[in-house]
Amino acid sequence: MSQPAAFLEISGVSKVFPTPKGTFVALEDVFLKINKGEFVCLLGHSGCGKSTLLNMVAGLSKASQGGVILEGKEVDTPGPDRMIVFQNYSLLPWLSAYDNVHLAVQAAMPDKPEAERKAITQQYIEMVGLGPNAQKRPKELSGGMKQRVSIARALAIRPKVLLLDEPFGALDALTREEMQEEVLKIWEADRTTVLMITHEIDEAILMADRIVMMTNGPAAKIGEIFDVHFPRPRSRSEIMEDPAYYTLRNKILEFLYERFGAPVLAD
Amino acid sequence: MTATKELPKSAAAENAAFNAEKDQKLKVLINNLAPVLYPLLALIFFLILWQGLSAAKMTGQVPGPLQVASDTQPLIVGFFNNGDNDKGLFWQLLASLQRVAIGYTLAAVIGVTLGILMGSLKPFNLALDPIFQVLRTIPPLAWLPISLAALSQAAPSAIFVIFITAVWPIIINTAVGVRATPQDYQNVASVLKLSKTTYFFKILLPSAASYMFTGLRIAVGLAWLAIVAAEMLIGGVGIGFFIWDSYNSSRISDIILAVILVGLIGFALDRAVYYAGKTLIASE
Repeated sequence: MSQPAAFLEISGVSKVFPTPKGTFVALEDVFLKINKGEFVCLLGHSGCGKSTLLNMVAGLSKASQGGVILEGKEVDTPGPDRMIVFQNYSLLPWLSAYDNVHLAVQAAMPDKPEAERKAITQQYIEMVGLGPNAQKRPKELSGGMKQRVSIARALAIRPKVLLLDEPFGALDALTREEMQEEVLKIWEADRTTVLMITHEIDEAILMADRIVMMTNGPAAKIGEIFDVHFPRPRSRSEIMEDPAYYTLRNKILEFLYERFGAPVLAD
Repeated sequence: MTATKELPKSAAAENAAFNAEKDQKLKVLINNLAPVLYPLLALIFFLILWQGLSAAKMTGQVPGPLQVASDTQPLIVGFFNNGDNDKGLFWQLLASLQRVAIGYTLAAVIGVTLGILMGSLKPFNLALDPIFQVLRTIPPLAWLPISLAALSQAAPSAIFVIFITAVWPIIINTAVGVRATPQDYQNVASVLKLSKTTYFFKILLPSAASYMFTGLRIAVGLAWLAIVAAEMLIGGVGIGFFIWDSYNSSRISDIILAVILVGLIGFALDRAVYYAGKTLIASE
């Protein structure tokens, strides 16, 4: 709380949508400071405006008020410095896994020689374990594999902030756990700043340094922020043995289901 | 005793199993042949019906299938060369195909270009869409007098009619395809800040390709529909003219043969564009 200038700052952001019945306030006065290398999860009920907030950080949607500041500069257009892993992967179906990643690398690093870009693409394809499937097209890949391509694409361009929009939402339970651990492992290696949306409590506790609780919309805002103190690298089983895990989980549950979107003051 | 009793029994069982297997194989064979067998049966039924109707003198001047077959013998024999004054049906068809190829290629190039402009630039769409919606309903032959008046020659007029018939579905489908580029892909493009050229070739074109080929496929059918009618009016060489000429010389059997060929070629053209699209759009 004492840093004067955060790495990424969401500063008084509001989002108002015009509707035939008048305006709809989706988000109101959202303030959030994220430090470099921090893993932050946005947690809240569906439809509370988490994705809207993430899209504004990505620059895909413009804030009605306030703004997003990255390294002291306001950002309001999309750019590869804030790369998204989309909820539905958004891979180009006519390109192979390799080409999907390589297209991003080419676009984000126009000044590097092609040989180096190819090496980078290959490095990230292998990092997410896609080596043998690199030449397959998305439709030939399982959900988990597609997610890997999407993550490789996002990481390969070395963004300043990695935005994850419910990245594991479409995966089956087993694959989801496997991917959570995999992403954590990759993240441990280079500690990119991450802002991740989720509605899974356990996922947030396992992965995040801080869990930012959103109140319910309309006019959603940040209700409370929980720090997650478990040491890294984390393992699911170790965390589950820690009594603090249940205390935290209960606090989050209480926020989500008992205080349920009522205006809450963060302390 | 028991052993001898059992032997014939098991042999019978084996036999039954063998028969069952044979039945199974026959079923599979029939299933595989069905796409050929059933149309063939329908065709034979139709030919018998036609022969019967013509034998009963219920088809006017139209001869029965047997008569047609014997009448058109020389045309089939002389498919590539039918004597000194007659070029042979092959060359008539080739002339028509050539016209269609030129007109259709023009339509494809201009149609795709206009379609992309209309799909990606709103003012273009607003300006042109209502006009095109009216123009596309004009029957192909209504354009012929205009094109004859403008071009004052028969050959380019026929090509123009093909062009103007084929271009609308290409424009409209391409424009729809471009507009249907999923927001997801556009988001990827804007986050990665893809250049305009990269966006065009890596996202817009592949994304709209299936719509484009739908338009191209409709267009090739329409182009082939229009050529026969256009050639009937402008004369010269070509399958349309051949049909009209045969009618004037009361060679009804020849017309029937030509019409069958026109149908087969139209079908082949449609398939060709379909498979071209299928190979090019590997993503579907």
